[in-house]
Amino acid sequence: MSHETTGARRTYFTVYIALVILTVVTVLVSYVNLGMMNVVVALLIASVKASLVALIFMGLRSEDRLVWGFALVPLAFLALILLGTLVDTMLR
Amino acid sequence: MSDPSAGHTDPRVAFEAAKLGLWTFLATEVLLFGALFTAYAVFRVKYPALFQSEHLKLNRVLGTLNTVVLITSSLAVALGVDAIRRGKARLLERYYGVTVLLGAVFLCVKYIEWTEEFHHGLYPGTNIFFSLYFMMTGLHGIHVILGMGVLTYVVVLSRRGRFSGSYHTPVEIAGLYWHFVDLVWIYLLPLLYLIG
Repeated sequence: MSHETTGARRTYFTVYIALVILTVVTVLVSYVNLGMMNVVVALLIASVKASLVALIFMGLRSEDRLVWGFALVPLAFLALILLGTLVDTMLR
Repeated sequence: MSDPSAGHTDPRVAFEAAKLGLWTFLATEVLLFGALFTAYAVFRVKYPALFQSEHLKLNRVLGTLNTVVLITSSLAVALGVDAIRRGKARLLERYYGVTVLLGAVFLCVKYIEWTEEFHHGLYPGTNIFFSLYFMMTGLHGIHVILGMGVLTYVVVLSRRGRFSGSYHTPVEIAGLYWHFVDLVWIYLLPLLYLIG
């Protein structure tokens, strides 16, 4: 039991260090002009960070399918709203 | 025949139900912020030059500092939840106390930024970029304030000896909420400060 939570704490610290490193990387990359790739890299790094927070800090990795559904379905709706609105405004 | 209401009194099931309830609430939060992210995307596509020039007026150093502050506060929450899972209530109170303190640091830095921007004549009505900036960071700031209130309440309950290794549902779901506030900021940093 206590061995198990020692492992959990080590994981939390590892994730924390990864999050800080990714933050520094994304800020440094923003000073380099990569054209459109700046947006792609920044959002990719943000999504990796968000996934780490959700999976490890929020414990999503050990949740059942029902919770996964409640976590992912709103993202699908968000994608629908974003894409639908963008298609509408760009092609108007 | 088993009692049909048994599921509602079984602490294990009650804990799972409370967690699912919080995830449901977070789903509505995703769509609340989602509306603003959509507005951001639409106007960024429409006025790329404006977003490019205006985002450079934000203080990137303070934005980065605040990101590290929030990430650290999330670590404190994760460690606090881990502490109460081991039955250590005093340790939980200390970690959640650190989180509330870091939340206050975040708001102070935000206050400094907004003051600086007002000083330079940048207001919510200046242009669409700053409208979105103040709206998104403002709504996020309200969430930070609410989160600090919820976590403080959890600490008060813990002091009264309400939580143990076997029962600590409010600690877990308050923690989930705080992680979500951190999650939103993870996207606000690049969208507002880094790529405009």
